[in-house]
Amino acid sequence: MTQSTATGQTVSTPKSRQSALANARYKKESALKSNIGLTVYLILLILPIYWLVNMSFKTNQEILGALTFFPADFTLANYKQILTDPSWYNGYINSMTYVAMNMTISLLVALPAAYAFSRYKFVGDKHLFFWLLTNKMAPPAVFALPFFQLYSSIGLFDTHIAVALAHCLFNVALAVWILEGFMSGVPIEIDETAYIDGYKFWNFFIKIYIPLIRSGIGVTAFFLFMFSWIELLLARTLTATNAQPIQAIMTRTAGASGIDWGLLAAAGVLTILPGILVIYFVRNHVAKGFALGRT
Amino acid sequence: MNKIESNKGWLFVLPVFIVVAFSAVIPLMTVVNYSVQDVFDANTRFFTGTEWYRDMLNNPQLQGALIRQFIFSFTILAIEVPLGILVALMMPKKGWQASLALVLVSLPLLIPLNVVGTIWQVFTRTDIGLMGWGIRELGYAYNISRNSGDAWATIILMDVWHWTPLIALLCYSGLRAIPEAYYQAARIDQASRWAVFRFIQLPKLINVLVIGVLIRFMDSFMIYAEPFVLTGGGPGSSTTFLSQALTAMAIGQFDLGPAAAFSIIYFLIILAVSFVFYTTIMHMQKDKTTSKSGE
Repeated sequence: MTQSTATGQTVSTPKSRQSALANARYKKESALKSNIGLTVYLILLILPIYWLVNMSFKTNQEILGALTFFPADFTLANYKQILTDPSWYNGYINSMTYVAMNMTISLLVALPAAYAFSRYKFVGDKHLFFWLLTNKMAPPAVFALPFFQLYSSIGLFDTHIAVALAHCLFNVALAVWILEGFMSGVPIEIDETAYIDGYKFWNFFIKIYIPLIRSGIGVTAFFLFMFSWIELLLARTLTATNAQPIQAIMTRTAGASGIDWGLLAAAGVLTILPGILVIYFVRNHVAKGFALGRT
Repeated sequence: MNKIESNKGWLFVLPVFIVVAFSAVIPLMTVVNYSVQDVFDANTRFFTGTEWYRDMLNNPQLQGALIRQFIFSFTILAIEVPLGILVALMMPKKGWQASLALVLVSLPLLIPLNVVGTIWQVFTRTDIGLMGWGIRELGYAYNISRNSGDAWATIILMDVWHWTPLIALLCYSGLRAIPEAYYQAARIDQASRWAVFRFIQLPKLINVLVIGVLIRFMDSFMIYAEPFVLTGGGPGSSTTFLSQALTAMAIGQFDLGPAAAFSIIYFLIILAVSFVFYTTIMHMQKDKTTSKSGE
């Protein structure tokens, strides 16, 4: 791999031109190689999802009858059933409600905290940060039962806010962690200049600082959405009917007469769609690049 | 960056502290409380001290689950980290191809955990699943409900499919944060592709990789919904990981005391491993920077 570029140490013109040519050819080759590699990876990545989508447009007879790569008897019946039955589509609304609440709460409390961690040294800051992080390490299986008891006792059981607060356990730590990385990249001189110019802190924070770390907020929101949207154990434990997430409702496709595969597949496909929207909105922030981490 | 030494910082972290403490401290104390008692009903309970802890540490079922858990977590890390870096290096840098690759690569991340389980359950079924059917057609008697080797391979494949994108995404962003000047310098020096990776890209990726590896370790150590849906922990208990063993005990058998003691042990293991990893990496980096500045 390295031979083609290792030749041109000398100064003579023809030789260095030769090596430059070799270099260019090598570059083209390696670009081709990585394109092929990436395509193969993406195809393997899409394959299971393609199979789910394929199945969601089939009738159960076709699914169980024969293996077909495209629905022979194309049907929207599975989707229609979900989108017209409130007990189904309310699941999506419930999930989105508590995810949105969680993102709002996490960002609101994490923004000032991340600012403090990136700008101030205070008693116990390192310990506090590690303590926050330990909450990301607490297995939901450990907390499921105590959470149930806690939220039941204060009358929050089966509400969206209960799930949103429970998800704060791991999401707040994550938000502080990611945001702090972005904030450390903003020079402290900006803060100082703003104070000299007579800005009050909150004015400065909202009008100047937040727009500066817009990308960071976008990336953070993406990760908050992701971890709250995919979590199942806590969301299921803390809800019964009014705030039940779609993941828990999906289990009802397994009935006495076997599993309703088509319906299950359609419900699964619909859980993927909100995520696609979210990643589409933040793609530029991710592509712009960030180097996270504490310095 | 020079941080200001001021306990004003606490004012900013107070909201985070309150939100997280509400969700973390009370439930954790509940677990600790249960772990030292034997609860018969609401009024009858006995203090048992460390008895449950000793029981749990000597329980062969849990020891088995713990060993499987470690094997699983380290296997998926060993695959996902190099693969994720490779994918990040192959992804296009700009244009619509970059957006498309980003959206596609992120897709698996945004699918709810039990839906991931469902996708793979459907995908690997030998009667209606593309992969299961395909492997059967190739002449191998693939069966995840009978053969524990198949079950293991499938779960690892599922996790690699689901979470490699996280490492890839973080690394991709880390790579985009490297200024073009570094690459120009490398071109002038005619550095090989490997040298560019080893001395320019990898050092800049360390921070995002630390975050990625930590998140992946913590989450894989708590894996629950995906294997539960795919294999149900079987065949036998060959793919029963810690969370599932714990929930089976706490909810299934309603043994609160032992389950709570086990929860605490579980939590401490994750804490210990993450702490060792985190401090080792931080020390390595500190050594590097001090040795550089000392030169």
